[in-house]
Amino acid sequence: MDQYKVIGKSPPRKDSKDKVKGKVKYVNDINTVGMLHTALKTSPHAHAKIISIDIAEAMEKPGVRKVITGEDIPYIVGLYLGDKYPLALGKVRHYGEAVAAVIADSEREALEALDAIKISYEELSPVRSIEEAMNEDAALVHEELDTYQHIDGIYPEGDSNVANRTKIRKGDIDLGFEESDFIIEDTFSYPQGDHVALETRAAIAEIKEDGQVIITSTSQAPFVVRSLMSSFFNIEPGKITVTAPPLGGGFGGKAGIQLEGLAYLLSKAVEGKPVKVVNTREQDMMASPGRIGFEGKVKLGCKKDGEIMAMKLHYMFDTGAYADYSVNISRAAAIACTGPYNVPHLTCDSLCVYTNHPFTNAYRGFGHLELAFAIERALDVMADKLGMDSAELRKKNAIKAGDTSPTNSVMDENTGDLSKCIDRVKELIQWEEGTYIPLGENKVRAKGMGCLWKAPAMPTNTDAGAILTFNEDGSINLNCSIVEIGQGTGTGLAQILAEKFKMDLEKIHIVTDINTRVAPHDWATAASRSLFMAGRAVMEAAEDALTQIKETAAAVLRCPSEDLDVAEERVFIKDEPHIGLDLKDVVLGYVYENGNAIRGQIIGRGRYIARRITGIDKETGEGKPALEWTLGAEAVEVELDLKDYSYKILKSACVMDVGKVIHPDLARGQVVGAMSMGLSLATDEAYVFNSRGQVLNNDLRSFKIMRYGEMPEYLVDFVETPQGDGPYGARGLGEQGIIGIPAAVINALSKAMGMQLKELPLTPENLWRARKEENTI
Amino acid sequence: MKTYKDYEAINLSINGETRKVIIKHSDTLLRVLREKLGLTGGKPGCENGDCGACTILLDGKPVKSCMMLAIEAIDKNITTIEGLSNTEIQKAFVEYGGFQCGYCTSGFLLNAYALLETHPDADDDTIKEWLQSNLCRCTGYEGISKAIKTAQKKKAGI
Repeated sequence: MDQYKVIGKSPPRKDSKDKVKGKVKYVNDINTVGMLHTALKTSPHAHAKIISIDIAEAMEKPGVRKVITGEDIPYIVGLYLGDKYPLALGKVRHYGEAVAAVIADSEREALEALDAIKISYEELSPVRSIEEAMNEDAALVHEELDTYQHIDGIYPEGDSNVANRTKIRKGDIDLGFEESDFIIEDTFSYPQGDHVALETRAAIAEIKEDGQVIITSTSQAPFVVRSLMSSFFNIEPGKITVTAPPLGGGFGGKAGIQLEGLAYLLSKAVEGKPVKVVNTREQDMMASPGRIGFEGKVKLGCKKDGEIMAMKLHYMFDTGAYADYSVNISRAAAIACTGPYNVPHLTCDSLCVYTNHPFTNAYRGFGHLELAFAIERALDVMADKLGMDSAELRKKNAIKAGDTSPTNSVMDENTGDLSKCIDRVKELIQWEEGTYIPLGENKVRAKGMGCLWKAPAMPTNTDAGAILTFNEDGSINLNCSIVEIGQGTGTGLAQILAEKFKMDLEKIHIVTDINTRVAPHDWATAASRSLFMAGRAVMEAAEDALTQIKETAAAVLRCPSEDLDVAEERVFIKDEPHIGLDLKDVVLGYVYENGNAIRGQIIGRGRYIARRITGIDKETGEGKPALEWTLGAEAVEVELDLKDYSYKILKSACVMDVGKVIHPDLARGQVVGAMSMGLSLATDEAYVFNSRGQVLNNDLRSFKIMRYGEMPEYLVDFVETPQGDGPYGARGLGEQGIIGIPAAVINALSKAMGMQLKELPLTPENLWRARKEENTI
Repeated sequence: MKTYKDYEAINLSINGETRKVIIKHSDTLLRVLREKLGLTGGKPGCENGDCGACTILLDGKPVKSCMMLAIEAIDKNITTIEGLSNTEIQKAFVEYGGFQCGYCTSGFLLNAYALLETHPDADDDTIKEWLQSNLCRCTGYEGISKAIKTAQKKKAGI
């Protein structure tokens, strides 16, 4: 049973002690003498022409060194689609957009100068919803969309508000509906919100005399920052160094490029002096990207016995004013559009739509969260129509090895066991006890389910690396480029290395500040691919180092290197284990008694690049874009008061097939944290707009996330169908726990209310409204 | 009544030490701790009193240091996370996963520490009332809750 020494155990996180002592240094904790500080002036309008900006008075304020406006820095900084300037130029496209920046000796002085900047706007009528954006005579958020540069695989539609459209065509959709006995058609939606990482985004930039650009930033993707900085500002990549210290939460919001470009341009404006840009909470929610909004139209056809025959899907994502990551979120949602079910006949159009809302980027779940909300809600509606248990309907159609995905790629033997997950989650939530249980006259307990699947949405050449160096005591420095964003992957990677060396975890030291100058290349700490991909790189690096160690030892011990093994900080002859050397005497070169030394230090090198991934066809979506799929089932139990529509989430359960659990406590922590985000999103998190497109709840007092005491009982279990190519069989699990939860909550409340709810957030007020509207129809 | 001018040197009692620091009268305690004294354990999560990441103890009571001025802390005993060592609550946070990213952790720890000092036998409602002033986005509060209950038992010798 206990086959492994470290894998599958839960040692303390490597960063534990510093984190409970306040010793971890985050970006905004860095202050140096001489560093300049900044403040941003933002737009009060959702859509307006900038007529003039008068900075003269602000320039005279104490401590002010420069005031910068969009005209001073007319660079395009869009992530995938070149639609954005670092500071608005010509026009503002959303409430809270950054328009001008003050650079001053202190943050206080910068803030105090903001009021002295006089901006004159001419208000334009804002595009306030997906529906308005898709109207034929809609105002255009970007008039020049067809001239924008963009990456391959993104298809903006000029003269419209569509930033990207991804198409999936599989089977014969007409035939599919002809063969269906039951068809339902409905629309499910939820508005934009925010990541609410407790740490707001920050970046520090400095330019050296030889043109070296030094960036320290709250980034999940320091290598992406380096690469994009190079292309946006025409700087040699080798002259850019990006450091990402541990982050105070990311959730996707710190992926891509954030404040780094602006910080660089501001530093450039003051002769390369170090400049720090830090978001206030309000700016983090408004001027930096938040969570995408969604509207999904689902037409679903089933046989009498529940077999799904056809799906016609129309997904529309509210990216807000700029596309950022969101053009890829809509694409990821198309690639996975059916949820974890086998669907023979299928069409999906997934659109990324511009509005004059705040812009959005990656958010935990990345498209899969949204599509799961639509599909899982539709399945419950269908189950009601069929008179079938909704869990049974899911199980009947659960995707398995040999089936084809929406992009027509065959699900391989690594496909997780969704049916097993459903069965186990039913046990955890006591599904068989009943999913609708009246409690007296005005109270009811109800249960709802939502299944999930997710594949990393990433470039086909996504890679990871690992470098191992050694210390005099034989301990190992593990240099990987996975940013610590709270998930603790560094500890998991150290476990993998310790397992390979059969060594105590204490003897593995991890690099925590990721510096692109010294760390191996790595795409990004995103898409739940870190443990898988960096884990593979660590395994290769370990093999590389072990081979070198054995070669040195073989020379000294005068034996073939293949006769040697390494464990417990020794290298020894397998069948004569008393003959061996301590690792500490080998890893920096072996020194003979007479002083002669051989071979020198061990440096382990490992790398991994995604295997056999392709893009997808523009017209049909055909291709193999997925590295691996994590599948799972989730369920919640709610108790609803039918008089005032207040409710409590009593239990929240998740069972995922993660291949292999490397660190049970950290795995559970990821799942529980993800579920809590999903619960909070479903019950309360949404931007509230007024008729002018201004956001009314851009702080944490009015934008409510879950607080202590509001959490349910969390129930978590794992299924372990090994991922053949994953490290020790593991696959990704960081984001997944959020995906099925919003659907599970709305399904439970729909059951409790005896009606089909269709929108988030599910505040008591909105439930009351839904009931009232139903009664008036 | 003493008045304070533009910039002034004041003494603050922090973690048992007296620290002299030059401040502006309108500086918040959080900014002075972080920017003048290098005590960066307290975080500016919102600087609006909503998130609790800046929580410190003032004469043993949890206070949001972004919501008060440094001059208000004169003649009071300030405890920051840097002054809390090897307590049951810190050990329990490590053991039960009371944190992930660590950004809210200092605030939660100080609040929870003060709670257990003030109400060693706090029931669920009391714990909730105290800890609702802090936000955590990573953990779903499961680890925090387990950690507090464990530390409470350990302190009571159970």
